[in-house]
Amino acid sequence: MGNFLNVAPTTLLVIVVLILTALAFFMARNRAMAAASGDARKLHSLPNYYGYNAAMMTAIPALFVLAIWLFVQPMLIQNSVISLIPQAAVSEGSSVNLVMSDVRRVANGLTTAVDAGALTADAARDISTANTDIRSLLAESGVALGSEVTAEVLNAAQRYRSMQATGQWLMTAAICAISLIGLFIAMRATTATFRARNLVERFMLALLMIAASLAILTTVGIVFSMLFESINFFSLHPWQDFFLGDKWSPNFRGDSDLSILPLLWGTIYISIIALLVAVPIGLFAAIYLSEYANSKVRAVAKPLLEILAGIPTIVYGLFALLTVGPFLVDLFGRGENGILGVDWMSGATSVLTAGLVMGIMLIPFVSSLSDDIINAVPQSMRDGSFGLGATHSETIRQVVIPAALPGIVGAILLAASRAIGETMIVVLGAGAIARISANPLEAMTTITTRIVSQLTGDTDFASPETLVAFALGLTLFVLTLGLNVVALYIVRKYREQYE
Amino acid sequence: MKDNVISEMDVTTDKIKISANNVQVYYGENQAIKDVSVEIQDKTVTAFIGPSGCGKSTFLRCINRMNDTIDICRVQGDIMIDGEDIYDSNVDPVQLRAKVGMVFQKPNPFPKSIYDNVAYGPRIHGLSRNKAELDDIVERALKRAAIWNEVKDRLNAPGTGLSGGQQQRLCIARAIATEPEVLLMDEPCSALDPIATAQVEELIDELRQNYAVVIVTHSMQQAARVSQKTAFFHLGNLVEYGETDKIFTAPEDPRTESYITGRIG
Repeated sequence: MGNFLNVAPTTLLVIVVLILTALAFFMARNRAMAAASGDARKLHSLPNYYGYNAAMMTAIPALFVLAIWLFVQPMLIQNSVISLIPQAAVSEGSSVNLVMSDVRRVANGLTTAVDAGALTADAARDISTANTDIRSLLAESGVALGSEVTAEVLNAAQRYRSMQATGQWLMTAAICAISLIGLFIAMRATTATFRARNLVERFMLALLMIAASLAILTTVGIVFSMLFESINFFSLHPWQDFFLGDKWSPNFRGDSDLSILPLLWGTIYISIIALLVAVPIGLFAAIYLSEYANSKVRAVAKPLLEILAGIPTIVYGLFALLTVGPFLVDLFGRGENGILGVDWMSGATSVLTAGLVMGIMLIPFVSSLSDDIINAVPQSMRDGSFGLGATHSETIRQVVIPAALPGIVGAILLAASRAIGETMIVVLGAGAIARISANPLEAMTTITTRIVSQLTGDTDFASPETLVAFALGLTLFVLTLGLNVVALYIVRKYREQYE
Repeated sequence: MKDNVISEMDVTTDKIKISANNVQVYYGENQAIKDVSVEIQDKTVTAFIGPSGCGKSTFLRCINRMNDTIDICRVQGDIMIDGEDIYDSNVDPVQLRAKVGMVFQKPNPFPKSIYDNVAYGPRIHGLSRNKAELDDIVERALKRAAIWNEVKDRLNAPGTGLSGGQQQRLCIARAIATEPEVLLMDEPCSALDPIATAQVEELIDELRQNYAVVIVTHSMQQAARVSQKTAFFHLGNLVEYGETDKIFTAPEDPRTESYITGRIG
């Protein structure tokens, strides 16, 4: 089975099921046509629907069981094999899980050796540690083991192999049977009056519902994984220091100061600068495009502005690092050689650098949303104002913007939540020094960049220095979620006003 | 002596406020108004009637140059108000619209308080020197629009919270607060129920004492009830213009007769 056609047995099984599915489609279709003696008008549904129905019945239950089987079988095997490993076989500084991974490697190694022809199947079954050096034997077939194979491990590995082989056969048989049963049921049901179309409709509904619930479940999953790791973190590190401390200095030898406040300050400071750049420019651009620009200018300018939104943030980061940062240093730094002749700024990375570039990134975000919202203000409002002798800008200032204000506030909050979550621009533009300072020309750092640095490199997931990343992530998530909820609430409330 | 007074009054009521000569309006390639000439009297209600798409609203919007806000619209010919060509390059359309107020088909109060809605025009044109004067202007406008009693206790409530008929009267108050000389009304009652319509019609009749009122309407009964002069438009042409009584009782043009008897339109 293992080397048949040189594909993994599970892949082969899936192919078999798919062939059966295709077969079911054509058989059911033909059967339906035969039942109607060749006249498709006598059928309840179009002939293809009978085919789809049979295909569904053949494929879906079989593939569903297959997925569950593939998930459950390794757990069952592991549980029964783990009992074969005596406590004594687990050496100091190791764990049962490490021994189990050895067992799996030996078992898979033997299978590989058999496939490569280095061992016969019988020899592999009867092999023992007494008369063979299994480690070097497997090394010849390209399987490297970390340590000598002990009798217990080999024993467990053999058990693992045999159970796996049995499981494989059982699975193949069960899946084929389920598939064939489905095919049989569908074929029996295929008559001229059978409502295949309605069943296919139900299937479509189920498919769409699964897609929708997957998106929601993923969110829930993300939140829970962050939550559990954060709980781990808080069991290792005092929450008072995390939320109320004033220093961030992770130290992988332990005893670190891990406070979110300097990072939160950096995040908020940079976001505020970004919004100070993005909101006026974005809003004015939106007003120009929606109120003044004629359709030709609009057709060109709007897509051009939205191209900004398509630039990857890492490219903005490079822009910050290579262009904006050095320019700001020329402007505010270098003493006598600088443009202003002052020496306020030493390095290219600063809050201002990151804030400016992030602001540029947010312009299309603000302008595109505001544009839609301004366009949604009814023309009758503008007519009313023009009819009273107001100029265009008076109308915009006193009627259009107040009417669109809730929506614009929503757009700004959405932009703010993007600014808070932004990573690459701040990694490259803001620097890596955690501090609480009001000077925008100093380097600072944000929550997102610290998450990156705590999780890159060699890390073990048991130290507070690593786990703090999850607590930071969770805080960030709560922050942006809150902003999004408020923004969506405001936008929705605004929408009702004109309907 | 008495005869003299009457003849003098006749002269003042018959004064021509708006006179249009050979007006053509194009939307892109389409000609919406064909060669319309009409003279509208001061202190009179003039009704424009006609089937949908006949150009009556378009012509109305020419009188305060609202069509300028539509990119593809072109106006030819001349329209004079008090002998001054409003399409002359010296005329600022923004100033013109302060002089020629407009009430729209759908009540369109701004999303502001009732007070601010009415004070909007006086504020942008600087008609008041202080708050007390502005209060006075707002109160007078609301009283003239016959809505003061309903809203005097809630001037700070949003204008959008009023009922449809109240909203439309608020819009009329807003329009007359800028002291216009002409009031244009584009189907002001089409979104209102019969009771609100009756209130607005009564109001229009009162407004006649101070303004030249031009009203576009789909309802021939309404034209007959409120107007002294009626103009019938059809397919962009001004078919017939005259005393309302005459138009409805003895129309000269067969198309007018077909329309008022319900055979076309």
